[in-house]
Amino acid sequence: MKKPRQNSSPAVPIMDAEAIGRALRRIAHEINERNPRLEEVVLAGIPARGEEIARRIAGFIREIANAEIETGVIDVAMHRDDVGTRSTLPVVRASKLPLPLEDHTIIITDDVLYTGRTVRAAMDAINSFGRPARIQLAVLIDRGHRELPIRPDYVGKNLPTATRDQIQVRLQQTDNEADAVWLETES
Amino acid sequence: MTTRWTRKDLLGLRELSADEINFVLETADAFKEVGTRQIKKVPALRGKTLVNFFVEPSTRTRISFELAAFRLSADVINISATTSSLTKGETLKDTARNLEALHADILVLRHSSAGAPQFLASRLKASLINAGDGAHEHPTQALLDLYTIREHRGKIDGLHVAIIGDILFSRVARSNIFGLLKLGARVTLVGPSTLIPRDFEKLGVEVSHKIDDVLPKADVVNLLRIQHERQRREYFPGLGEYIRLFGLTKARAKLLKPDCLIMHPGPINRGVEIDSDVADGVQSVILDQVTNGLAVRMAVLFLCGGISTQ
Repeated sequence: MKKPRQNSSPAVPIMDAEAIGRALRRIAHEINERNPRLEEVVLAGIPARGEEIARRIAGFIREIANAEIETGVIDVAMHRDDVGTRSTLPVVRASKLPLPLEDHTIIITDDVLYTGRTVRAAMDAINSFGRPARIQLAVLIDRGHRELPIRPDYVGKNLPTATRDQIQVRLQQTDNEADAVWLETES
Repeated sequence: MTTRWTRKDLLGLRELSADEINFVLETADAFKEVGTRQIKKVPALRGKTLVNFFVEPSTRTRISFELAAFRLSADVINISATTSSLTKGETLKDTARNLEALHADILVLRHSSAGAPQFLASRLKASLINAGDGAHEHPTQALLDLYTIREHRGKIDGLHVAIIGDILFSRVARSNIFGLLKLGARVTLVGPSTLIPRDFEKLGVEVSHKIDDVLPKADVVNLLRIQHERQRREYFPGLGEYIRLFGLTKARAKLLKPDCLIMHPGPINRGVEIDSDVADGVQSVILDQVTNGLAVRMAVLFLCGGISTQ
């Protein structure tokens, strides 16, 4: 468990494992409804929690529609706009997408949508692999405060926040902790 | 995750920890994937200027760094000894300071004097990457050798690597020795006694003058080029003698284990260190080394050039 910062009030629970499961199942239903050709859909997760979210949504779609959805990885570290301004570097990982992309709908998946800069970097990364038919965006939490004209297509939960707030997400497979989302606010 | 890379310079493998070496190799995995994309270019170092400063001639290393920089979107300037003011008597330090005054962010230096990169790195704000200094170190070559071994064998720990040939004059050998030992490999140096000073045993490697005893036991053989240009005196009687005693001939290659990797940093002297058929055979990973060199150099430029130096 991450140490709570000084001067921060106790964490406010937002979602537990059951709520996270319901939200991702609903997203799976929406993806199924909006994409008649599911065989063309690829869920591309942003490491590390976005990858796990992609896997879980793919699992729900398998149950709901009896269809196998491809999953991939889209690493954004090489495409960020703040390299050289940070004292620590993001860890870069290999991306993995089915090629060619031309006939595919790529759905970017991530845990939290905030400024939109990560999504912008993910779209740039996808474009270097080719020209997908369309790109959509699925996130577990949308906390607002966009700095770019980007909006999600599928949202698990809309959560109004202040910029000083921190959203903490934990998933069993990536964090080795029970599934949970909570909010840390500065007092 | 803790910070695993905090260096602005890459001067040699001697000063790196095993963890740092592994981190470069993992980062190179990610950059190798970029080469498979339709658009083989990422904006990671956009707006950065890289100067290839090659005081000693080199084509393959310079081009590998140049292409790595292009793929990271950096701007590149190439300077060689003959086109620089070094021929007009300007000192190395003054040339480098002039480059820095032009806001160069990364300096890739190839120099005939051991220690030249250390000398400049401590005096410049720019990142300094050693692309080979005298007979001292050639860190990116060793990193790409390690990467290639790891790629083909899945690990480095516990493997037996034979480095064969001109050890005395070889910065490639030195960097490889440091890297391989840190990652847990066993290293045997093979060559004429005139080209392997006894001092090498102090580094923790074994020395053999009989290639036929070593080949059957090796998991990797790394053949070094006989550097005609550095050998002013007679270190061995002649090329014919060298081939007879240490060349990886077709007959000798039969002594190798079937899964033993054959490596060479290039440029190869076909028919001297290695027979043509062996260099082109199934065990040879010489061209993989070239491809991997690009990924490794992208990783090094990204790590050293990407961190904030303020």
